[in-house]
Amino acid sequence: MATDIRVALAGNPNCGKTTLFNRITGQNGYVGNWPGVTVEKKEARLSSDKNVVVTDLPGIYSLSPYSPEEQVSRDYLMSGEPDVVVNVVDATNLERNLYLTLQVVETGLPVVIALNMADLVEKSGDKIDAGKLSQRLGAPVVMISALKGSGVDELLRTARQEAAKAGSVPAHRFDSAIEGVLDDIEKLVPAGVEEGKRRYYAVKLFERDELAAKAISLSPASAAKVEALVAQCEKDCDDDAESIITGERYALIAHIMDECVKKAPAKMSTSEKIDRIVTNRILGLPIFLAVMFGVYYLAISTFGTAGTDWVNDNLFGEGWELFGAAMPSVPDVVTGWLEAAGASAMVTSLVVDGVVAGVGAVLGFIPQMVVLFILLSFLEDCGYMARVAFVMDRVFRRFGLSGKSFIPMLVSTGCGVPGVLATKTIENEKDRRMTVMTTTFIPCGAKLPIIALLMGALVGTSDATWIAPLFYFLGVVAVIVSGIMLKKTKLFAGRPTPFVMELPSYHFPSIRSWALHVWERVSAYIKKAFTIIFASTVVVWFLSNFGTAGWEGGSGAFGFLPDMEGVPEEFTDYSVLAMLGGAIAWIFAPLGFDSWQATAMSVTGLVAKENVVATAASLLHIADAGETDPSLWAAFAGMFSTMGGIMAFGAFNLLCAPCFAAMGTIRAQMNSAKWTAIALGYECGFAWVVGLMINQFYLLAQGVVSVWTVVAVAFAALILFQVFRPMPKGAWDDEPAAAAATA
Amino acid sequence: MKSLKDVAVGQSATIAKLHGEGALRRHLMDMGLIKGTTVTVVKVAPLGDPVEITVRGYELSIRKEEAAHVEVL
Repeated sequence: MATDIRVALAGNPNCGKTTLFNRITGQNGYVGNWPGVTVEKKEARLSSDKNVVVTDLPGIYSLSPYSPEEQVSRDYLMSGEPDVVVNVVDATNLERNLYLTLQVVETGLPVVIALNMADLVEKSGDKIDAGKLSQRLGAPVVMISALKGSGVDELLRTARQEAAKAGSVPAHRFDSAIEGVLDDIEKLVPAGVEEGKRRYYAVKLFERDELAAKAISLSPASAAKVEALVAQCEKDCDDDAESIITGERYALIAHIMDECVKKAPAKMSTSEKIDRIVTNRILGLPIFLAVMFGVYYLAISTFGTAGTDWVNDNLFGEGWELFGAAMPSVPDVVTGWLEAAGASAMVTSLVVDGVVAGVGAVLGFIPQMVVLFILLSFLEDCGYMARVAFVMDRVFRRFGLSGKSFIPMLVSTGCGVPGVLATKTIENEKDRRMTVMTTTFIPCGAKLPIIALLMGALVGTSDATWIAPLFYFLGVVAVIVSGIMLKKTKLFAGRPTPFVMELPSYHFPSIRSWALHVWERVSAYIKKAFTIIFASTVVVWFLSNFGTAGWEGGSGAFGFLPDMEGVPEEFTDYSVLAMLGGAIAWIFAPLGFDSWQATAMSVTGLVAKENVVATAASLLHIADAGETDPSLWAAFAGMFSTMGGIMAFGAFNLLCAPCFAAMGTIRAQMNSAKWTAIALGYECGFAWVVGLMINQFYLLAQGVVSVWTVVAVAFAALILFQVFRPMPKGAWDDEPAAAAATA
Repeated sequence: MKSLKDVAVGQSATIAKLHGEGALRRHLMDMGLIKGTTVTVVKVAPLGDPVEITVRGYELSIRKEEAAHVEVL
């Protein structure tokens, strides 16, 4: 067997790297995290040659030591693993892209430069001399279009040829004064470092890059000599080392640009024209609101809901028609099979009421979610979301988040699992953690039936259009209040994160990448349906159908209740679930819902929010009742003594830790047990407090006062204090350390 | 000291010096904001912050707070 060839894909964000990766590998890759950090690692084999493994490095602007993305990229490049680096360069933004290229070439690895979007450059009238560029950079240059696929075969052929080479000594040179110092430093690089990499380390040592010095175990004596050389050079140039090198790089790039690029007279690009309107000072916000309204109108009110209703009412409900022929629904088909196979009532109950009903409830959300993610992924991939961050940053910074936190929150309105995953695009770790903690406060698709049920119970109709927005509003307020409060705690203290963000040119995303993006998100949800929801429905079914026959005339034996002799209609009252719910109901008593049913519903809601309504129907003995069924509303409202209890129940269930799947995703994203515990603990605690305040203040308005009223007032005061007190003194004292740890 | 923050919309300026330290300073440099570079302030976001600038042929969004670290001539 031939040994694998390992190709590393490197490039700036938005350079078309991911489009190229998807094109050359198909999509059957491995997606995971780089060790020790929350940075995504993607790896896949070429679809045309299984011996070639392609690793997609994170999109980066530089190989500086400051951000985790840049660190993993550096470490991987210097690890000796990749045989060749394909540096994807956005030809329409050549000057800035070449900045990374120079650093990649400096690694001494064989490099091929993929000049992406070369067709767009030609269309604009500019001319790039690829031959000369290749000569100046000391690496082959291939013009490609990742979107259309042109030049990709030649790129792969060239990469293969280069991979066979041992590497090269970087060809480009800086100003002679700096080169003299770099030569001296290079002599101090330990002898063990191979020829091609010496230049890279010399430059890094010049920049006072401590990670690089550690990587080659530079002796203290050499380090002192390097420091003396650098300090002298800084004095001579009247500038600091990092600035000197950055300046040299950009100066060199300016030379290269002069030689290799013939620019057509500048005219306003389409992107600029679009932005004149879209991020316009006056029109920016209205356009943003209109776009968001459009997305949700399509996903929630029209197409998406039509699909969801069809799945719920037909596929899993009454059956459907195909070309005039009546087709039975899934539960009917499954029941038929089980009867034909002679299954017992217990097995039929488990499969039909437990598994099919549970998974069906989840699958019903898929049409809605697909439409939502198609639209959101398009907005993200075409470049509009960067503008949203630009327009909204001011708002989000107020409560300690950046404009980039907005995207995960939008995705969370569909499902929290892809929402939490979408936090990957937030560079700063504190911001990312804060967004993970708060994003699931936004009501997801699975919480909508709960809202509908509450609406029915509160006002007797599920069409009261003002209640659903009220719960979204509650979610948004929870995010804002939490952001402001947490920002003032030790965990998140620190200067607001810098927001220096490229606004990429608008472009129509490749259908393949777009579809893949949607699929990644939808599949995260489907996986949840078939694992966690599947398992949890079985458990809930077991808990609510098994129990002790403790009714009058019952045998007192433990078993499958519906099969027992003299079983009453309300057998779930004797189930294990009733017992467990009763045992912990005291927790929710101050919130106004201490019945074991309401407790059990909340607990199953922690497993999956989809379970709440189904649990209500089964616990209240209303078979097959949905959230729009008035009999369920009445029975549900009957569990509570006051309206305050109903509202508190709603608030708790909408705000508490999301389902198991989202908790699992939070765990994976936080990459730390401590932070997961903090996130989930905060969410549940906050939900409990909000529920407590709602119920107690409702009771207070009715003239009912208890010790819990005092507690609720105390919590309210505490929250108000934390929200309105000024940023604690000394919160920014950790500035240099925090800045260095983030980026 | 005149900083990038003080440059009016539609005006250009040449960078004289980068203040600040650590990650932010390096990031600004990596994005091409170095001594001698000409930048143009294109627009201000609807809510007054951040601003959009053109540098080295591309668009960059930067908060006024960070722009204050960039000294211009």
